[in-house]
Amino acid sequence: MLRDIILAAAALAVLLLLPVLIPHPALRDFIVYVIAYGLLAMSLNLLIGFTGLVSFGHAAYFASGAYGFGLLMQSGLVSVPVAMLAAVGGTALLALAIGAICVRLQEIYFAFITLAFQMFIHSVILTWVALTGGDQGLRGGIPRPAFLGIDLNDGRTLYAFCAVVFVVCLLIMRQIVQSPFGYTLRMIRDNPQRANFVGVNVRRVKLAIFVIASSMASIGGIVLALFVSGAYPDFAFWTTSGEAIFMIMLGGSQLFIGPLVGTVMLQALNHYVTIYTEHHGMVLGTVILIFVLGLRRGLADWVYEWFQSRNTRRMAVMAAAQLGEAKHDKLA
Amino acid sequence: MPRLTIPRLAMLKVENLSKSFGGVVAMRDVSLDFPSGSLTAIIGPNGAGKTTFFNLISGHIRPDSGRVLFGGADLVGLSSLQIVRRGIGRAFQVASLFPSLTLRECLLAAVVSHFRRSWSMLGRFPPPGAGRDADEIMALLGLTAQANVLAANLSHGDQKLLDIALALAGKPKVLLLDEPTAGMGPDERWQMIGKVHRLWEAQRTTLVFIEHDMDIVFKIAQTIQVLKYGTVLASGTPDEIRRNPDVIDAYLGTDHRLSAAVGAA
Ligand SMILES: Nc1ncnc2c1ncn2[C@@H]1O[C@H](COP(=O)(O)OP(=O)(O)OP(=O)(O)O)[C@@H](O)[C@H]1O
Ligand SMILES: [Mg+2]
Repeated sequence: MLRDIILAAAALAVLLLLPVLIPHPALRDFIVYVIAYGLLAMSLNLLIGFTGLVSFGHAAYFASGAYGFGLLMQSGLVSVPVAMLAAVGGTALLALAIGAICVRLQEIYFAFITLAFQMFIHSVILTWVALTGGDQGLRGGIPRPAFLGIDLNDGRTLYAFCAVVFVVCLLIMRQIVQSPFGYTLRMIRDNPQRANFVGVNVRRVKLAIFVIASSMASIGGIVLALFVSGAYPDFAFWTTSGEAIFMIMLGGSQLFIGPLVGTVMLQALNHYVTIYTEHHGMVLGTVILIFVLGLRRGLADWVYEWFQSRNTRRMAVMAAAQLGEAKHDKLA
Repeated sequence: MPRLTIPRLAMLKVENLSKSFGGVVAMRDVSLDFPSGSLTAIIGPNGAGKTTFFNLISGHIRPDSGRVLFGGADLVGLSSLQIVRRGIGRAFQVASLFPSLTLRECLLAAVVSHFRRSWSMLGRFPPPGAGRDADEIMALLGLTAQANVLAANLSHGDQKLLDIALALAGKPKVLLLDEPTAGMGPDERWQMIGKVHRLWEAQRTTLVFIEHDMDIVFKIAQTIQVLKYGTVLASGTPDEIRRNPDVIDAYLGTDHRLSAAVGAA
């Protein structure tokens, strides 16, 4: 844990220093997008990579965070931190209700029903125009009144705030993955029947991680809403969930940090490819094909395995060398 | 290994257990008794209903009728989770493991779950105390050297042992082993069954195992139950079973008639 806290502090320092060293406004925007979508992808990987639950509807909770937060702020009744907590809590309740139904199903049926709920939420956002602004999104901007002397209307402060929120979320997710509960998730991923028969209440654990992952995704949505000062139905569209899955595929699902690597890759692709060509989908599809067919795993997983196999080779060489020396000693 | 000793009250009894799958009658009115601390072998041809019998006890399948009495209470209708928590552990015909965890991690995770700590989100895995139990079980089954090997990469024999180890992590009062020697060569079989026997002696748990190798069964079991077409064809000590004409006719065949004759001489 101490090591993780030190790493987190270092990551935060880098995040805060980067825009100072490279004072290009586009970089700051880019990082905030990475933070928002990174939280979406990393929280989804708690389900896919660590529990073996492939959800196609994760963006629903990203959107629920964004809209919940935006609406609360527009009401003018609460401060930013209170609205954040309420939006996360509301999303947790929503995920609890939906998850209770979803975790009863397995594999492809689980994937389908999460997708179905997402489409339902998307259409509610589109049709409830009076509340959500329909396809125009939340209109009129999201006010950011200062709290505790922190004024998020200042671009740099807003950026620092997002960075801190992000690193805290990373620490929480990291802790979950390393805890006994994190290994319970791995048991369920590997073999749910066996997990059940060593005494794990599989359905309840699945529901818990579903709620936790959804709450984390909602924080990604809140960051984005705060940054773009709005919320849009696209947040809840199935393509957003699809992008989160792409990020996991590009970066890798086996390492904690993998989906974040994938987020950086996808955001960079999105950003640069759209500058140079209109055939953005085609380029994206090609890159994903290269990873799926070429590496057969995400980038981070690939690099990790490469290092691992190099280490094993080295150890083997060292062991052989020692054996040789020992023989030599005997002969001498 | 005093900490692994299991209380002696455990007793398992099934009464009039029946189960059909569509038209197939897999279990027909079976009543059996497993006294506390006993070592019982279940034999029978393929499809006799041996695995189904375990599935009915462990709650994987619900019987059409009948009762499973454990310490006086009926287990029928409880979930497999509730049943394992009451103290019925089980290993599977095909080893059922967590392939991406190391042997020791698999075992630690099972111990953690037995301690009801699988929900703990604070602290790191493994929580203090779990290591001692896991190491004891590994030592008991001779798995210590493979502790850091991924379950997926273990030899077939070690996978079967780890499956048993996972059941032991729950400190079961009754241990059900479905063909612990399945898929092994003759030497490996005897090694395996030696370990199972030592385990039973060390823990005095109520142990029931399914086995096809007659030599093994006759050598180590106290009691043998012969199943055929979902019914109990015969029950008794190895000597009684060896001489039972029904068993000889229906199951053991001429070879064993011969060896029974030799044994009797
Ligand atoms: N879940 C199930 N659904 C349908 N039929 C089943 C099911 N489980 C078992 N059966 C049938 O019940 C009968 C008994 O099967 P069971 O697996 O209990 O046999 P077994 O004695 O363990 O055999 P083996 O020695 O091959 O392991 C078989 O005819 C089998 O096809
Ligand atoms: Mg069987």
